[in-house]
Amino acid sequence: MFTEDQVERYARNILLPGVGGAGQERLARSRVLVIGAGGLGSPAAYYLAAAGVGTIGIVDDDAVEISNLQRQILHATRDIGRPKAVSAGEKLKSLNPDCDVVTHHLRLTADNIAGITAAYQVIVDGTDNFPSRRLINEVCVRQGKPLVHGGVLQFVGQALTILPGRGPCLACIFPEPPGSLPTCAQAGILGAVAGVIGAIQANEALKLLLGLGELLVGRLLSFDALRMRFAEVAVSRDPDCPVCGKPG
Amino acid sequence: MGGVIPIPKAFLDITGDVCPLTFVKTKLRLEELAPGDVLEVRLQGPEPLQNVPRSAKEEGHRVLAVKHEGACYHLFIQKGEQS
Repeated sequence: MFTEDQVERYARNILLPGVGGAGQERLARSRVLVIGAGGLGSPAAYYLAAAGVGTIGIVDDDAVEISNLQRQILHATRDIGRPKAVSAGEKLKSLNPDCDVVTHHLRLTADNIAGITAAYQVIVDGTDNFPSRRLINEVCVRQGKPLVHGGVLQFVGQALTILPGRGPCLACIFPEPPGSLPTCAQAGILGAVAGVIGAIQANEALKLLLGLGELLVGRLLSFDALRMRFAEVAVSRDPDCPVCGKPG
Repeated sequence: MGGVIPIPKAFLDITGDVCPLTFVKTKLRLEELAPGDVLEVRLQGPEPLQNVPRSAKEEGHRVLAVKHEGACYHLFIQKGEQS
């Protein structure tokens, strides 16, 4: 049952077709892990907390730097030098005290990742490098856990939802690391682009939890802020994928 | 409308609420009922009188009757099958 305050807080969710009180209660019982409290993880986690997701885990081993503040909207100037996971956790809790925030101030490794992801229903990947994404994809496939991928660079971004066994995983589409890493000059990013993609990731996670709509499974959504266009590329499972392909 | 209204299974007073909480509370109360059950809603003012019955119909419920009583209205909503 909801308190009077909760009915008011979640009124706009409850009004939605397919959500209602039952959907809101489902969100309250949900557990989402957001990996990275940066440009993608900030908006994603903020919307998930606002929506009333009951438990949100935040993984980040970094500390807030002044150069982050241009896009990592969970952190404020006063947070410079503080652990991002802690700073993010405070903002989420302050936005929605109903939300149980679990902060993981650590770097995910092959040794610790499975124990952390196992406690969550949906994983939102807000990391910014290939080794982390590969590690997260592998563990999600192994655990059969839905994963919402996002990536941004300069004025463009992309998102994809991975349902292990039902659509392509990240390794089906990007089996190898990108040929060349972005140079310092290429590493610019418009903060609002990260906001768009992070918000898309939150939408996908909420749809997954509520069992609503069509997910970004088997279609990579790309966003170009300069042309202000979205495009969709059909992507399919690789039967020989080293991560999710059938053995033998 | 007309005919005999089944005895309401539940009663809700939304005279102290404004849009959208008027329908939010109606929707939440209807969710707790079984299809065919009737909810009696007490409301006040033109806004909920116009919007609550319309929203209820849009979500697949039947509005059986609206009764005027003093400054208030009593709305009788029968829960639909698939909502």
